[in-house]
Amino acid sequence: MFSYTVRRLLGAIPTLLILIGLAFVLIRAAPGGPFDTERSLQPEIEANLSAAYHLDEPLYQQFGRYLWGLLRFDFGPSFQYRDYTVTELIAAGFPVSLTLGACALVVALLVGVTAGSVAALRQNSFVDHGVMAVSMTGISIPNFVMAPLLVLVFAVYLRWLPAGGLGEGNLVLPVIALALPQIAYLSRLTRGSMIEVLRSNFVRTARAQGLPTWQVVVKHAMKPALLPVVSYLGPATAHIITGSVVIEQIFGRPGLGRYFVTGALNRDYTLVMGIVVFYGVLIILFNFLVDLAYAWLDPKVRYR
Amino acid sequence: MNRTYGIWAMLGAALVASCGSGSGAGSAGGPVAPIGGASGRELAEAQVLHVGNGAEPQTLDPHRAEETSSFGVLVDIYEGLVSESPNGDLVPGVASQWTISDDGKTYVFNLRPEARWSNGDPLTAHDFVFSFQRGVDPKTLSVYSYILSPLLNADDITAGKRPREELGVRAIDDHTLEIELANPTPYFLGLLAHSMSYPVHRAALEAHGDQWTRPGNLVGNGAFMLDEWVVQSHVKVVRNPYYWDNASTKLDEVWLYATEDLTAELQRFRALELDMTYRLPAAQIGFIRENLADELDIAPYLGSYYYGFNVTRPPFKDNPKLRRALSLAVNRDVITKQVLNLGQISSYGLVPPIKGYMQQQMPEATWTQEAREAEAKRLYAEAGYGPDNPLRTQLMFNTGEDHRRVAVAIASMWKQVLGVEAELLNQEWKVFLDTRNQKRDTQVYRSGWIGDYTDPFTFLEIFRSTAGQNDTGYPNTEYDRLVAASQSALEPHARIELLQEAESALLADMPILPLYIYVTPRLVQPWVGGYEPNLLDHHRHQYMYVLKH
Repeated sequence: MFSYTVRRLLGAIPTLLILIGLAFVLIRAAPGGPFDTERSLQPEIEANLSAAYHLDEPLYQQFGRYLWGLLRFDFGPSFQYRDYTVTELIAAGFPVSLTLGACALVVALLVGVTAGSVAALRQNSFVDHGVMAVSMTGISIPNFVMAPLLVLVFAVYLRWLPAGGLGEGNLVLPVIALALPQIAYLSRLTRGSMIEVLRSNFVRTARAQGLPTWQVVVKHAMKPALLPVVSYLGPATAHIITGSVVIEQIFGRPGLGRYFVTGALNRDYTLVMGIVVFYGVLIILFNFLVDLAYAWLDPKVRYR
Repeated sequence: MNRTYGIWAMLGAALVASCGSGSGAGSAGGPVAPIGGASGRELAEAQVLHVGNGAEPQTLDPHRAEETSSFGVLVDIYEGLVSESPNGDLVPGVASQWTISDDGKTYVFNLRPEARWSNGDPLTAHDFVFSFQRGVDPKTLSVYSYILSPLLNADDITAGKRPREELGVRAIDDHTLEIELANPTPYFLGLLAHSMSYPVHRAALEAHGDQWTRPGNLVGNGAFMLDEWVVQSHVKVVRNPYYWDNASTKLDEVWLYATEDLTAELQRFRALELDMTYRLPAAQIGFIRENLADELDIAPYLGSYYYGFNVTRPPFKDNPKLRRALSLAVNRDVITKQVLNLGQISSYGLVPPIKGYMQQQMPEATWTQEAREAEAKRLYAEAGYGPDNPLRTQLMFNTGEDHRRVAVAIASMWKQVLGVEAELLNQEWKVFLDTRNQKRDTQVYRSGWIGDYTDPFTFLEIFRSTAGQNDTGYPNTEYDRLVAASQSALEPHARIELLQEAESALLADMPILPLYIYVTPRLVQPWVGGYEPNLLDHHRHQYMYVLKH
């Protein structure tokens, strides 16, 4: 298990290098530079700007400088947010995205898995159809439609919850908006695999021996039924933490997603690079954790 | 991907708007007591204002700032020698009075002895000398250094040809400052209210290096001081007790939120979380006019929206008749009143209305649209085009819903009136800037210009043949001469006349197709007092207050 872990971690390094290289070339290949504006710059100032951000050096030298910085956890200065370094911006934005994402994920898991299991146990009943109809709706309505609707109802009309910002209670609406599609997806996933597991021989055996239903479900069926959920969880976690761009925008939360979008539009090379690298590491890490969880849940993977 | 998003976003917006109008006024459960108490002027106990400030400010260094969201914060935490009243008139700032020499080139300012920095340090003429020198120093990386270009030797210093100490500014004593200009510049006082002319605290800069603009480090001299800055969320400023006119400041706190998403900003306004918005989502103007008419405030902005013709390439090179035909075929009132409907003002010239300047217009501005279209057809035929030989051209604009709608409308007007086949092409902003500036691929392109100060020069200088911003490539030596002559003209009337002549020359050659004057549409809650719209859209919160509600 230990050597497996080490091998997996070392294998991530080339992946990361390719990612950094690609991002580095692609963002610079986009026409227009970070300091292009409608107002034309005086040549001396343009030259000084380029020199200050090392844009006057040959590309390989810039790349080397960037890698050397990364080794020291220095992502360089932001071109756009001139008073901050990219490291500072990520340090400020990530906790915001993480809090939102983690809350949404926990809510999605609790509600989604429960709803899916209940639907599976009462297959083809009124409850089952209800849960599936709701989840179909949840999958079909994108969150940039759901979020403004939630705001309209709960913030503008009822005034129960704030429409945006960082104050108290402001997490409720964004978490719901972010969790809804995941709840929908997870409940369908759980239902499907639970139905399959409930039909398998070991569950029938357990039932035949007279175990109560809750014990069969929670103790025996739940673990194998969760396997597809767990493998979905890796990408979903990364997706939920990184993909909250729209939600962050609508609720005015200063998370990482917004930096990525504005950074790309403004050709903020260092900011975009920093977030790509950071997300890259994050996704590699989550996939790795999922593999470990898989090994724990499924003996077949563990002993292979 | 983008397109689907756009469709969904529109559906979402439409849905939200229709839900909104269904149940009537969005401000359900609004104030019960009369605003401002019985007298209508009673102040609320908590003098705290929450305003939308557009994008996230890029910097709070006044000499490196270049966009409106930075300026929105900077006007609160700094003050120049000269300041602006709520309606935009120039008023004494740190300088209580000044004298101007007869040749218009030497200004002597008397600084208020009671002026202080936000940490209590006295604010002196030496601070201004340091700050002006810093602003023109190429090492400061000021994109806006040209604002200080009228100062003697400023351009040479920015070009690295002279040391910054040779700038035309000196402290006669602690409270007297002398500024020497290269040319008499009648709008110079206006430049002193610009952020490039704000003083910066030398000791704070030297002590904190790159971190000097952070809360706790930043030392300013405005009516407010920086208290909190959460990037992408908000900047909070609080009353500066050392401000020379602190007694007049009514607000204790101002929260300036990053509100890039205009629909989200509108909802936060309707949820009473914002007292003022930065702008409006244009797509919801119908809903706003119906339900938030009292809160809506639309005023002219010092900006001009136009299309440029690339006159360095065919078909528009040496073809003023064709350019004029295309300009006359556009019904501007349809664009402003039906396509956009935000209160924009149809325009037949470049310079927006500025006090003391007579706006020049295309002579056809007073004609009926029918007459203009007849003339357009005549000129189009004279230029050698017709039904059998229609003009095929490309209209380029930067990605944006409103730009697209305007472009579609104009292309169809050209098609209807003249039979022009215009292909629409949009590009993302930075790509667009690059394409436009290279003048290789553009034919007709969308453009606009926001003035830096209230003088026609800020608009007319960009069409000089040597100007970097002249993306039309328009070359006219007579125009260049007129604009240059205006810079050394001593007599204000003569100067204005030269500028008016220059604008007429521009409109005669028609390298641009003027469309409309920008406006600043925003929502203001009825309990916000002291707000006045102004041309530059500068709003110092020191003049504002919150009424009881």
